[in-house]
Amino acid sequence: MKIVETSKIEEAVCRLAIKACVNMRGDCQRALLAAREREEGAARFALDTLLENEEIARKSGMPICQDTGMACVLIELGQEVSLSGMPLADAVNEGVRRAYSEGNFRKSICDPLTRKNTGDNTPAHLHVEIVGGDKVRITFLPKGFGSENMSYLKMLTPAEGKRGIVDTIVEAVKKAGSRPCPPVVVGVGIGGSFDSCAYLAKKALTRPLESHHPREDVASIEREAIDKINALGIGPQGFGGKTSALAVLCEVAPTHIAGLPVAVNMQCHCVRCEEEVL
Amino acid sequence: MKKLSLPLTTEQKLLLHAGDCVLLSGTVYTARDCAHRRIFELLDADMPLPFSLKDAFIYYAGPCPAPEGFATGSCGPTTSARMNVFAPRLLDSGLGGMIGKGEMSDEVVSAIVKNHAVYFAAVGGAGALYANAVKRSELVAFPDLLSEAVYRFEVEDFPVVVAIDCHGDTIYKR
Repeated sequence: MKIVETSKIEEAVCRLAIKACVNMRGDCQRALLAAREREEGAARFALDTLLENEEIARKSGMPICQDTGMACVLIELGQEVSLSGMPLADAVNEGVRRAYSEGNFRKSICDPLTRKNTGDNTPAHLHVEIVGGDKVRITFLPKGFGSENMSYLKMLTPAEGKRGIVDTIVEAVKKAGSRPCPPVVVGVGIGGSFDSCAYLAKKALTRPLESHHPREDVASIEREAIDKINALGIGPQGFGGKTSALAVLCEVAPTHIAGLPVAVNMQCHCVRCEEEVL
Repeated sequence: MKKLSLPLTTEQKLLLHAGDCVLLSGTVYTARDCAHRRIFELLDADMPLPFSLKDAFIYYAGPCPAPEGFATGSCGPTTSARMNVFAPRLLDSGLGGMIGKGEMSDEVVSAIVKNHAVYFAAVGGAGALYANAVKRSELVAFPDLLSEAVYRFEVEDFPVVVAIDCHGDTIYKR
């Protein structure tokens, strides 16, 4: 049995949050640079502004975007690990509290009805999966709500099949239009149940933008959907153009014989997602 | 690129067209969801507002806390469509225009045309860049709302795109 102090998890969460919110990942930068070459006018102006912003954030230590998001923390916990110290959820929340205070990040979490802010961006949305081995993999995904608000879940019938899946993805991006800070990254869950499908969509957003699903039938949905999305003409920031999405990333799970759930988790042009293994 | 100082005259607004890239300087007031609700409560109760709406510009934004040496923290625009329900009444009350991101409703477009106003789109996601364009920041109202409070920003060369002009054209539906 390997013993892991939860204070180490707290420190990792704090480090990951700061890194994710301040530094734009290389794959996102490459995708924006490539998009810039295709666009003109206000769309190109928007992409140039985003690339300039990346540099200012990196050099000043200021977050890329003021919406430093809801702290989504995905943990894969090896079953040979024994956790010691404060409870896991407390350690994660403490890491979030510290990062959002030290990093001068916005505290964006509030009561759904009174709208009173919790003041420290907690609680985090913590999802723990027990896996084999003796490692703890921590993924930090601060999720802004400009894009999260445009997310969508639909219970299709099996007869709707692949065409129904692609249409659902494209329709969600079309309806979102200029609102989620396009060009978007689209996380898609296919299969599972109502709730696990939504989680699959979020998990899809942890994949690198340049990756393709290893299953050819799933990869073909990714390709078909992004081609149709980029034909919509929404463009960067909705200013019109050829680039409405940077990537469509799909994850699949077995579902019930009667159903075909499809969840679309919308993400802006900057996927903020970092991970560490303890 | 066109440079403009806020507030804008009607003549200046008539020369603006959807798609124009503009650098703005002058005063803007931040307000988003909760601040709008508070402003509407004051309007309903016929109470004085924390700032005069006449020719003012509202920036739909909720900034991060300011690090040492900066007027504000990261402060890009938030999604304007959530303020569709508020904008027409404020425009009818004299508001000069808004800055935000993303499309707004047909009702807002009509109110912009009727009042010779303008809606500028800032680039969503460019929070650090916009923080550098804010030279002074002052808390004006609703401190309990934290980042959703109303701040008066003095901005310099703040990059925006004309998204809805006073002729009723928008950059989003061309």
